Amino acid sequence: MEIVNTYNLVKKYGETYALDGLNLSINKGELFGLIGADGAGKTTVFRILTSLILPDSGDAKILNLDIKEDYKEIRKNIGYMPGKFSLYLDLSVYENLKFFASVFGISIEENMDIIYPIYKHLEKFKDRKAGKLSGGMKQKLALSCALIHKPKILFLDEPTTGVDPVSRKEFWEMLKMLKSQGITIIVSTPYMDEANMCDRIALMRKGKLMSINSPKNIIKDFDEVLYEIKSDNMYQLLNDIREFKKTKRAYTFGVSHHLILEKDSKDEILEYLKTRNHKNIFINRVEPNIEDCYLQIESLYE
Amino acid sequence: MNNNDSINKVIKVENLTKKFGSFVAVDNISFEVGKGEIFGFLGANGAGKTTAMRMLCGLSKASSGKAKVAGFDIYKQTEEIKKRIGYMSQKFSLYEDLTVYENIRLYGGIYGIKEKDIKPRAYDLLENLNFLDKKDALVKSLPLGWKQKLAFSVAVFHKPKLVFLDEPTGGVDPKTRRQFWEQIYEAASRGITIFVTTHYMDEAEYCDRLSIMVDGKIEALDSPQNLKKQFNVNSMEDVFHTLASKAKRGD
Repeated sequence: MEIVNTYNLVKKYGETYALDGLNLSINKGELFGLIGADGAGKTTVFRILTSLILPDSGDAKILNLDIKEDYKEIRKNIGYMPGKFSLYLDLSVYENLKFFASVFGISIEENMDIIYPIYKHLEKFKDRKAGKLSGGMKQKLALSCALIHKPKILFLDEPTTGVDPVSRKEFWEMLKMLKSQGITIIVSTPYMDEANMCDRIALMRKGKLMSINSPKNIIKDFDEVLYEIKSDNMYQLLNDIREFKKTKRAYTFGVSHHLILEKDSKDEILEYLKTRNHKNIFINRVEPNIEDCYLQIESLYE
Repeated sequence: MNNNDSINKVIKVENLTKKFGSFVAVDNISFEVGKGEIFGFLGANGAGKTTAMRMLCGLSKASSGKAKVAGFDIYKQTEEIKKRIGYMSQKFSLYEDLTVYENIRLYGGIYGIKEKDIKPRAYDLLENLNFLDKKDALVKSLPLGWKQKLAFSVAVFHKPKLVFLDEPTGGVDPKTRRQFWEQIYEAASRGITIFVTTHYMDEAEYCDRLSIMVDGKIEALDSPQNLKKQFNVNSMEDVFHTLASKAKRGD
């Protein structure tokens, strides 16, 4: 069952199209990822779907409610964690929760069961001011506040930006737990390992949808032969493989570089690299991951 | 790094400690960074990275221990240090309401570069970045990738020996992150020492050596390759998780 639908959403800021005819359908219970560079339009999608701004044209429906007509009803049913922290820094942990609960006309106790798995990490700091919490704790509090009214859909705009790998993992465990309770989650992230954990992702670029599918199927659609390559001087290697005339693309990839060549030129590049004095050259065909797919799609528009 | 000659050590830290009341934010850390090295300074949120970095930049006074940055003492010669280092963070680097050129001029002025020298150097920089036509654009109108390139160029405009980068790629997409790291590689190949923090473990692989802080202490320090060997795992991700999940400090 589809729970979010957008039809040709357009939003302009000055001459720039933040959204340029966006069509999106998200299913009930999905963990859905919005992936794209700065300026792709991710935050604008969130603001329109949470009824904070209106599109210039196009429509959107959430839970079968119209974002223009039924925004009051929509707001009761959604939770939103914006990119910049939404908390009141001068209020304590408990006061923040109480505030968000009171906005929705409920008590914290009513819905404690929903937030408890997250709130239990915060309980011992409940009288500490939100401004005095560490990044990871602020993030847990913001998530608790976005959930206190038991929303059906949760919107999370880059919740893990600037968060260390261990805390990110914890945060995604929480998202999986919320998903298992039937909450639909729409999340944006610059981390490709997180994109991999979504049921489906939308790759966005300049306000348009480039691709929408499960991570597995997006990877399946990668239609090039991909190599990893290493040598003793990785920076020089990157410059040299880019100069090779049959190189289509080359980019850093952690411990190795990833390389896409014109057909049947692997032996040729090895010969070429020997003339450039590289030592311990290692080249090997590898399967792409979601980050390779993102970079492939981006490269089509350069 | 060619040798262990102390002249080639851009950072030397011995038993450096910072306490806030009874809380030990940085707990007796020691390490050295060589000229032209890309040194990764990793750790979970709250491990003490920013506090350590602030001491090295001369912005915060150490409680005890010794450190020299660019050959100068962090207790007595903070002004000398500040002249010789660059600093860039994700949050604050450029003035959004100034133009590209105004930002360069402002930073050049702050670092004491003579007015008559700023102009030609600024034009060189803009030409290298292919930015000449954006000279008079407000920084806030630039895409993130460009802002980042510019922020880095501004941080090294006064030709520092070493540049501190505090999570320079936080929240940045895969393509822009890569472009940024190539800029880092290029600067290091020119002999600028890079001291960088990141939460991306693929970026940890680009460092010559790195340290991992847990609860204020440096728990590991080596090349990415040796760290993986030491912990008998295949990725830096696993090294990080092995160490950082031991943290007791309430994040």
